[in-house]
Amino acid sequence: MARHDDRTEHLLRRAGFGGSPDEVAELARIGYQAAVDLLVFYEQAPDDVDERIGVPGHVGVTTRGQFSPDTSITDARQRWLFRMVHSRRPLQEKMALFWHHHFATAYQKIADTYGGTVATRMMAASEAYNGPKNSPVGQIELFRQNALGSFYDLLVKVARDPAMLVWLDGRLNVRGTPQENFAREVMELFTMGIRASDSSPNNYTEDDVKAAARVFTGWNLTVGARGANNVNDATLAYAYTYRSTQHDTGSKTFSFDIYPGGGRTITSGGEQEGLDFLLACCRHPQTGPRLARKLYAFFVDELHPAPQSFVDRVSGAYYASNFDMRRVVLSVLLSPEFSDPSAYYARYAWPVEFVVKAIKETGWAGFSVDAALTPLLSMGQSLFEPPDVNGWETGAGWFSTGGMLARMNFAATLTQNQRFNLREAARPYKATPETLLAYTLDRLSPMPFDSPPYNDLLGYLRAGTSWTGSDTELLAKAAGVTHLVLASPEYQFV
Amino acid sequence: MTHNRRSFIKGGVAAFTVSFAAPAFLSDIARAQGARSRNLVVLYLSGGNDALSMVVPYGNAGYYQRRPTIAVPQGAVLQVGADAGGTNVGLHPRLQGLKRVFDEGRLAVIQRSGYPNSSRSHFQGTDIWSTADPSNPSGPGWIGRYLELLPQPIDPLTGWNTVRETPRTLLSRFVGVPAIPDPRTYAFSSPNTGNEALYARQAATRIASHVPVDRPHLSFVSATSRAAFETLDRVASVAAYTPTVTYPTTGLGSALRAVAGAMVRGIGTKVFWVQTGGFDTHASQDPNNANGAYYRLMATLDDALLAFYTDVRNQGLLNDTLVLQFSEFGRRVYENGSQGTDHGAASTMMVLGGGVNGGLYGTAPDLRDTPGNPTLESANGDVRYQTDFRSVYARVLDNWLGAPSTTILEGDFRNPGLTFI
Repeated sequence: MARHDDRTEHLLRRAGFGGSPDEVAELARIGYQAAVDLLVFYEQAPDDVDERIGVPGHVGVTTRGQFSPDTSITDARQRWLFRMVHSRRPLQEKMALFWHHHFATAYQKIADTYGGTVATRMMAASEAYNGPKNSPVGQIELFRQNALGSFYDLLVKVARDPAMLVWLDGRLNVRGTPQENFAREVMELFTMGIRASDSSPNNYTEDDVKAAARVFTGWNLTVGARGANNVNDATLAYAYTYRSTQHDTGSKTFSFDIYPGGGRTITSGGEQEGLDFLLACCRHPQTGPRLARKLYAFFVDELHPAPQSFVDRVSGAYYASNFDMRRVVLSVLLSPEFSDPSAYYARYAWPVEFVVKAIKETGWAGFSVDAALTPLLSMGQSLFEPPDVNGWETGAGWFSTGGMLARMNFAATLTQNQRFNLREAARPYKATPETLLAYTLDRLSPMPFDSPPYNDLLGYLRAGTSWTGSDTELLAKAAGVTHLVLASPEYQFV
Repeated sequence: MTHNRRSFIKGGVAAFTVSFAAPAFLSDIARAQGARSRNLVVLYLSGGNDALSMVVPYGNAGYYQRRPTIAVPQGAVLQVGADAGGTNVGLHPRLQGLKRVFDEGRLAVIQRSGYPNSSRSHFQGTDIWSTADPSNPSGPGWIGRYLELLPQPIDPLTGWNTVRETPRTLLSRFVGVPAIPDPRTYAFSSPNTGNEALYARQAATRIASHVPVDRPHLSFVSATSRAAFETLDRVASVAAYTPTVTYPTTGLGSALRAVAGAMVRGIGTKVFWVQTGGFDTHASQDPNNANGAYYRLMATLDDALLAFYTDVRNQGLLNDTLVLQFSEFGRRVYENGSQGTDHGAASTMMVLGGGVNGGLYGTAPDLRDTPGNPTLESANGDVRYQTDFRSVYARVLDNWLGAPSTTILEGDFRNPGLTFI
């Protein structure tokens, strides 16, 4: 079962969540270019993953009564993990994760306001959800539907997204008493950023924040078909609405261009002002480079800053294509920087990446993704609950002693659960500790081990036994050595 | 911000990996010195604390003018007297525990602390308070730089971070601080039992001991694993700690319970990091009702701090304890249209402990919207700082930790008027 296709495995780790042995073999067979095509133009692949939840042959979910991923946040988390393990469109899920981090919105604040059922719907209701009439899809579905669409369209949808209108208080932003929360973050975090580097001038001023807040006055949340007197009624549908009576009609002037050609005062009026402003944010000369740097760290290499030539090329694709993220991401995945072997394993695995890759590579028969939810919290990444609007502290920031122990202990839970499957799979390779280790390292895909830690793994296989390959021995050692690889520093990179 | 953090760690990990390899005997030394050594507990209120609701300048008419619906009524505040500027101030009504500490002279309140041209960004603001460097807030933190000055290699439990992410304040070029959110789950498990589990821990420990110098990012993760293995057993002793009081079941309560446990067990920790969030109160701040957002924030803060204060006092450790509280910025002087407050400038710091000279430091702002008001800025929308927060850090470094503030802060921020410690 040798893999022997480092480039395809690298592609699957970055543009997906790693591959099961079968998935790697399949993509290696069609060739690299076709593999990129299949990942990026993912509409070719069936969108059937939700239908496979609960079907034998897949990782399990744990139900408490009915499985309700549209209204229970625990089940929504399970559904998303299931999709990461089994989607035939892995890049779509990977980009959904990227956008979830970029437009970081946390469930808890919404649940505090509207209760858990409504909050889960706002975060995660699927297209197929048969909920209250006119209830929009959840935020994560926006990220899936627009995963590789126009960044401008996505930004507008996010600005009107009920979860975002609660999270950054847009629902409360009204004429006379504007609310700056969304206005600030749309510039600081969602588009241009504060400044390109510590030595660059700021991209916007405090007066810009105040003016932008006034632009979005009236972009509010409405409740369809209000029931009795209870705003927490779980049957209510909350949706975006524009209220012209709450819009500040005064003049808004910015320190950067709103219109091509240099107009800095918004001239349109009404709801269109917000659209003009968001388009200006997309056009801003720092937005393309900022997205390019973020994509470099996400897809290519986070150990080094993005080369200027890469930033120029990718932000060039961004502006030339009118913010078409499919063109942008294609330019990233086809870049020489992406395929350079120095980029292999040059990225710290996010906790969900670690968990999903471990499941895909270790096996899942009889395992439930529910068992990953508490460990993910301890590793520092609970889905739908980023720590703040800046998303997670990625890279080396994931690795604290407590977080590392949580990774090791999740690996113990998984391998303990899979020990019979691991023994059966390892049986053909049981001749010596060396053959078992070679098989294990081939099945998993850690960064290559230097010889000292490699010898430590062998030492573990030999410890307490003179090797016979007996069933009892194989049951303990196949799970044990898989655990040690998953728990190793080498495995914490993708 | 994240980009800077990444490049910084990249440059620093090679050296970083060295000090985690502290020889085991140092732990014994630390243990021997343990319980009688001074501790600093850094308490971060994340989100930008509305200090004007925490320490209320109720004697200033502007306070009620600028905050028609979210002001705390004069009759409700816990009065603590007039500050040096003659303004009557009081604690938030829910801070009854801190009022007791104040009355015992063990709580110092430093009004209007901040810095010039305050950032209104959460992330940049946090980085500035963490590095104590407003002009280049992307390097190591001020506590990280303190840890670097201690005789190296230091014991891996010299610092203890009670949250999962390493805050920039603790970040150093070569000293790592373990993250131990809950001592009870800080353990190593294995798919097997008995000897196999023992072999697994031994092998995992050995694997983590390799330092691949050509791959500093791998060394960094190895060092993290190594620190975990080196601290497991001592942390387990803290998990068994039985406090003298009942702590609230909040995150802050659990964190401070662990801090007290570590102090009582004398495991050698000098610096603890604790934090509590939810202070980004843009809407429905509601400081006056028991279910109101800001009221609950004050309840979380007060209950946890009072339990901790009482516990360490019962354990005879109050004189070795100093709690330093900060937030990344204060909030606007005036309320917004959703009964909340937007991002502002100067805030209020608090210092609590057995060695503290309690009382009011600094003066409250005059919140009236008058021309040329020297205590406000940005069109009288924000509080202008009076005490540079770095002078508070300097005092803590020089007078409590016995470390040279001018070296660590890269400048002389000493302020002889700040006599809180």
